[in-house]
Amino acid sequence: MVSILTFIIMIAVGAAVLGFIAVSAMFLIWWERKVSAHIQTRYGPMRVGWHGVLQSVADVIKLLLKENIVPEDVDKPIWWLAPFFAVVPSVMVFVCIPFGNLFGIDLIARDLNIGILYIMALTSISVLGIFMAGWGSNNKYSLLGGMRSAAQIVSYEVPMIISMVTAVMFAGTLSMQKIVEAQRGMWFIFQPNMAVAFLIFVISATAEINRTPFDIPEAESELVAGFHTEYSGMKFAMFFLGEYTNLFIVSALAATLFLGGWQGPFLPPVLWFLIKTYGIITVLMWVRWTFPRVRVDQLMGFAWKVLTPIAFANLAVAGWILLK
Amino acid sequence: MSADALDRQIAIPKESLLETARRLASEGFDNLHCITAVDKNESIELIYILYSINKHACVTLKTQLALDDLAIESLANIWKSADWLEREVYDLFGVKFLNHPNLKRILNPDDWDVHPLRKDFSRPDLIKKPKY
Amino acid sequence: MTWSSVETIKENIHTEEFWVNMGPQHPSTHGVLYLEVKLSGETVVDLITHIGYLHRGIEKIAENRTYTQFIPFTDRLDYIAAMGNNLGYVLAVEKLMKMEVSDRAKYIRVIIAELQRVASHLVGITTFAQDLGAFATPLFYGFREREKIVELFDDICGNRLTYNYMRIGGLQFDLPKGADEKIKNIIKYMRPKIDDLESLFSSNAIFTARTKGVGALSKEKAVNYSVTGPNLRASGVKWDLRRDEPYLCYDKFDFDIPTGVNGDSWDRYKVRIEEMRQSLRIVEQAIGGLPEGDPTIKVGRIIKPEAGESYMRTEAPRGELGFYIVSDGSAYPYRMKIRSPSFSNLAVLSELAKGIKVADVVCVLGSLDIVMGDIDR
Repeated sequence: MVSILTFIIMIAVGAAVLGFIAVSAMFLIWWERKVSAHIQTRYGPMRVGWHGVLQSVADVIKLLLKENIVPEDVDKPIWWLAPFFAVVPSVMVFVCIPFGNLFGIDLIARDLNIGILYIMALTSISVLGIFMAGWGSNNKYSLLGGMRSAAQIVSYEVPMIISMVTAVMFAGTLSMQKIVEAQRGMWFIFQPNMAVAFLIFVISATAEINRTPFDIPEAESELVAGFHTEYSGMKFAMFFLGEYTNLFIVSALAATLFLGGWQGPFLPPVLWFLIKTYGIITVLMWVRWTFPRVRVDQLMGFAWKVLTPIAFANLAVAGWILLK
Repeated sequence: MSADALDRQIAIPKESLLETARRLASEGFDNLHCITAVDKNESIELIYILYSINKHACVTLKTQLALDDLAIESLANIWKSADWLEREVYDLFGVKFLNHPNLKRILNPDDWDVHPLRKDFSRPDLIKKPKY
Repeated sequence: MTWSSVETIKENIHTEEFWVNMGPQHPSTHGVLYLEVKLSGETVVDLITHIGYLHRGIEKIAENRTYTQFIPFTDRLDYIAAMGNNLGYVLAVEKLMKMEVSDRAKYIRVIIAELQRVASHLVGITTFAQDLGAFATPLFYGFREREKIVELFDDICGNRLTYNYMRIGGLQFDLPKGADEKIKNIIKYMRPKIDDLESLFSSNAIFTARTKGVGALSKEKAVNYSVTGPNLRASGVKWDLRRDEPYLCYDKFDFDIPTGVNGDSWDRYKVRIEEMRQSLRIVEQAIGGLPEGDPTIKVGRIIKPEAGESYMRTEAPRGELGFYIVSDGSAYPYRMKIRSPSFSNLAVLSELAKGIKVADVVCVLGSLDIVMGDIDR
C-alpha cells in the first residue's frame, strides 16, 4: 500500500512540477515581451487578452499545430533527441528546488542531501542537447553555434560552480533546504564576499543559459539562429521551453543560495520565493535588452582571465573568514 | 575652390593608359574616383576621373576603344578602387580589362552574355520613349 | 598517452577550413548582400562579396526617361537618404544646363540635405548597434528620433521615404507655413537626444570592446580604395566636399569636419555622431538666414540641355555621390553614370575582413553603413 501511495504522490508532484514549468515558461515569454517592449518604447502584445496575457497560449497552440519539418540530410537520431536533451535535465533540476512551504508542507519534491551537487551535474547536461542540435542539423551556422555553446558553457561552469561552493561553505551543507535555513538570520548576500560570489554567479549563469550579452551560440547577426536554425514547430518550442526553464532555474538558484530563498517577513514563503526569483529574472531581461553582444574570444577571455581568478580568490577569502 | 574634373580632360590612346596612370599616381593622384564608359555607337569611350586629396586637384582621362577590340589594361594594381569599378564597366559594357585580378560580372548574373548599357542592347519589353 | 604526444595528436586531428554563406537572406546584411566567408574555426580567412541582387538597371532606365522623369528613380538609390540623391541629381543636371537657382532654394536644399544626413546617420548608427547584438533597443530609439525629421519631410513634400522633392531649377514647393518653427524645434529636440544616444553607446564597455580596433582602415588604403564620406574621415583624412568643393551655399556656413584617428569601427561611429551635431549647426545657421524669394521651378517639364557632359559630386550622408551625365541635346540623357558611395565603401570589406573573427565581419559591415539600393542601382 505504501508503495502505491508513494507512486501516486510521485505522479502528483511530477504533474505539479511539469504544470508549473509550462505555465512559468509561458508567463516568462509574455513577461519578456512586455519588458522588452517597454524598454523599447513600444507596448508589446496587446490584443490577445488583457495586455496580451494570452499571447503565449496562442503561440503554444500555433507551435503545436505546426508541421513537423525534418530537413533532408540531418543526422536523424541525434537531431530528434537534441530537444529532449535540452529540456529534460532542466525539468529534473526542479526535484530539489525549495519553493518554501504551504500549510506546513515543504514544497520541495525531494530534499536530497547532495541537492546542489545534483543540480550542478544536471545543468551541465543541457549543453549536450545544444551541441547535438548543432552537430545533427548538418548546417554550418548550427555547427558554429553548437561549438561556441559547448566552449562557452564548459568555461562558465567553472566560476559558477566555485561561487556556488562559496555559499555551500557558509551554509555547511549540500541540501538546498538546509542552505535556505542557514540564512535564517541574515541572507548571504549581505556579507561582502558573498555579494561578490552572487555577482559572479549571476554573470556566469547568464552565460550558462545563453542570454545577451553572452548569447553568441544563437547570435542572430552572424549565425542566423545558431543551433536551432533548422528546428521549427514543437521541437523549436522545446528549445524555447528549455531556455526559459533554465532562466527560471538559475534565478531560483541565485535566490536560494544568496537571497535567503523562501524566507522573508509577513508574506507567505512561496510568495517570497517567487518574488525573488522573478525579480532576478526581470533584471536578467533588463540586461538582455540593453547590452550588445560580446565577441567569442572576449567571452572566453572574460571567463578564464577575469571571472575564474576572482572566483578562486573569493573562495580563498571565504575559507579564511570561516577559519578565523 | 570649386574644381570640375571635366575641365581638365586628357585624351589618351589606349596603349598609353597604364603609363599615364602610373605617372599621375606618382604625381599624387591617389584617388581613382570613378571609372565609367559611354557607348558612342562607333566606339566606346572610357572615362577615368582622378582626384588628389592632398593637392585638391582633379583630372579626367578619356580613351576610345574600337568596338572590335574592347580590351584595355587594368588599373587595379595602382588603385584598388579600380577593381570593382572596372568589373562594373565590364559587366555593363563588355570592356575587357587585361591583368585584372578578378574580372567577373558584378551586378548581373554570371551566365548572362549581353551587356545591357550598350546602345545595341534591346529587349522586346523595353519601353519605347516618346518623341519630345 | 603522455604530454609529449600533444604534437602528434594535433597532426592526427583533421581540421579543415570551410565556406559559410552569409546572405542573400541573412539578418545582418542590410538588404540582399551575399558574403562568402571562408572560416578557419571562428577566424575569417577569405571573404568574397557578391552584389547585384537589387540591380534594377537604373542607369539604363535613365536613358529612357526625360530628365524630370528620372528624379523619382534617384529616391530609390539610397533609400535611407533619398533627399541626398535628389539633390545630387538635380545639381548635376543644373550644372549641365549651367543654371542658377534662387538663394532661397539653395538654403532650403541645404536644410533638407543636412536634416536628411541626421536622419540617415541615426539609422546607420542604430542598425550598427543592432548588428552588434543589442537586440533592437537602440534601433527603436534611433527611429523615434528620425520620425521627427520624417514627419517634417512629410509636411514639406507629402512623402516619408521617397521624397521626389528637388526639381531641376529649384524645388517642388516652398516650405509650408510654420515649417521654420518646426525645424527649430527639431534642432532643439535632437541635440539632447544625440547626447543620449552617444552616452548609450560610448559608455557601454561591451560596445567599446567590440568596436575599438576592429576593422581599422588606414589613411592610404581608404584613399586608394576610394572610400568616401564618414568612413574616409574616420581614417583621419580631413576631406569633406561641403568644405573642399563647396556647392550650394555651404561656404557661407561655419561647421567643423570631425575626423577619426585609427579608422576602426569605433571611429566610424564617433564621426557619425559628431557629424549629426555639425549638421544641426548648419541647419541652425541656414534657418536663421533663410532669404526671401521663390524657390519653385522656373523651367518646363521637358528639358533639352545642350549636347555636353557634366560630372557633379556631392557629399551624401554615406559618402561622395557622383552623377555623370552625357547629353546629346535630346530630352533624354544619352548616358547617366551614378557613382554611388556605398559601392566603393563596400569594396573595402573583403580587405578589412581578413584575419578577424566572423562576428567582427558583421561589426565592420555595420560600421561601413551601406545601403544595397545604392550599391546595386
